Amino acid sequence: MAERVLFNLLQVAVVLIFAPLASGVLSRLKEMVQSKRGPSMFQPYRDLWKLFHKDEIVSEDSSWIFRFTPYIVFVTPIFVALLIPVLTSYPLFFAFMGDMLGAGFVLALGGFFATLAAVDTANPYGPVGASRTRMVGFLAEPVFMIVFFTVSFVAGSTIPYIVQQKWVTPLANFFAPSHVLLVLAFIMLILAEGGRIPVDNPTGHFELAMIDESKSLEYSGRGFALVKWGGQMKLFVLLCVLLNVLVTPWGLAAGQSYGAVLLAIPLVLFKVFCFLLVLVVIESSLSKLRLFRIAEFLGAALITSVAAMMTQIFLP
Amino acid sequence: MSDATKHLLENLNALAAGLFLLTGFGIVATRQARGCLNLFIAQSLLLAASAALLGLRYNSAHLYGVALVNLVSKPIIVPWLLRRTSPAGIYTRREIDQVLNIPTALLIAMALAVGSYFVGIPLAKAVGPDVRGPNVPIGIAVLLLGAFTLTVRREALPLLIGLLAMENGAFLAGIAIARDLGMLVELAIATDGLIIVFIMGVLVRAVQKQVGTTAVGDLASLKEGSPEAAADEALL
Repeated sequence: MAERVLFNLLQVAVVLIFAPLASGVLSRLKEMVQSKRGPSMFQPYRDLWKLFHKDEIVSEDSSWIFRFTPYIVFVTPIFVALLIPVLTSYPLFFAFMGDMLGAGFVLALGGFFATLAAVDTANPYGPVGASRTRMVGFLAEPVFMIVFFTVSFVAGSTIPYIVQQKWVTPLANFFAPSHVLLVLAFIMLILAEGGRIPVDNPTGHFELAMIDESKSLEYSGRGFALVKWGGQMKLFVLLCVLLNVLVTPWGLAAGQSYGAVLLAIPLVLFKVFCFLLVLVVIESSLSKLRLFRIAEFLGAALITSVAAMMTQIFLP
Repeated sequence: MSDATKHLLENLNALAAGLFLLTGFGIVATRQARGCLNLFIAQSLLLAASAALLGLRYNSAHLYGVALVNLVSKPIIVPWLLRRTSPAGIYTRREIDQVLNIPTALLIAMALAVGSYFVGIPLAKAVGPDVRGPNVPIGIAVLLLGAFTLTVRREALPLLIGLLAMENGAFLAGIAIARDLGMLVELAIATDGLIIVFIMGVLVRAVQKQVGTTAVGDLASLKEGSPEAAADEALL
């Protein structure tokens, strides 16, 4: 029992430590594609270190929400990391505390507070970004629902530890149309929710075009560091759900020993790296969509998820 | 053939059919004429893949023939014919306004696809217990999506591709129902398709030459027969 609690905490530690590395590697890969020199892949750590040592300035006109939000944005991905399989293929101590819908709600809580905080300071760009994020959010919501319900229909459960085994036993299930289409729809969702390129440009510095970034414009010092780190962890957690639950449940520790669990860390990081390569290809070959075409992008995601549902559920 | 292999082949065939359905949706919604043509090529390749996988599954040489005919005629000859017959600028054209906006069109297309499942599954059951997999409902769905494309698009090339997608859909349902149709029939259908492409290509070229555009959706009224023109002539 004590071991399971320990492994669970180890999962959180992995998410905490390697989330900045993942986003550093992602931006490094993009710079290599674009023939830029760019900072090293450890730059996000340095940024966080620098920000933690800077003064924080908080507007006098803001309320408690503004001060409270960085902690919520920082803590919610950690909660989700307790629920999902990051390193082990068997359920850990907190695994039955919440299912995938619960994890989705916890992540949505962070997004909700980030939206409130953006409106709170009356910075003109904050509410613009907040309303755009809500637009993307409500268009992505039905896709999330259909993906989760189809997954749980196939597996007979919404606990991610149980779901992950269904797609590979027997291996032919991996090629079931519902599985492949669900994965496609979920990748589109990650692009939308993570503010990646066809929906939002994460490296853009033009305030009028921002969607995700403009919510944290008013933060500085420690608060900004927490918001930034929280965003990186959110992307990492979403990648873990995609890779460990939906696409490739291989490489996770099956045994209870410390060695097996520690060995799972490089394997999981390797899987994340492989997916980052795919993400770089997507981000380098597409351009950012205009705001009103985001509805078409998420409409395509909806169609994909509905096609997955039809090929699975309607068949006799 | 072991049960595991059979299961794998059936799943791969279903996967090809599922992606086939996605390309059908894509043809409804893509703005670029070029993208529409690429989607049609991908759709034909998936149709050929489905035919080959079903051929492997049921050990039917005839289905291999279907795969081969599809592999040669649609992804290679159709684009070549179009390039030879239709005006060159047609590939770079974009549709600025469809009849419906794209999210609405996608929602209606989704409803059509769901509806075709309710039609297709009893139909497949009526044919025989042997006809499994999503080929029949998805074939009907793409048939309907092609017809829907014909109603909502206003540019000549996407209209033609909608017509060809209808044929693809009928083929996908057909190879699951009739595994041993005469080869002659398949060849006849394939040749028919090519002749349609040829005639349409020439027609589009003629339209382009006469009125200077391929946006056939705008050609709702005849120039000479319109009441204003008739009134003008009466005055003269």
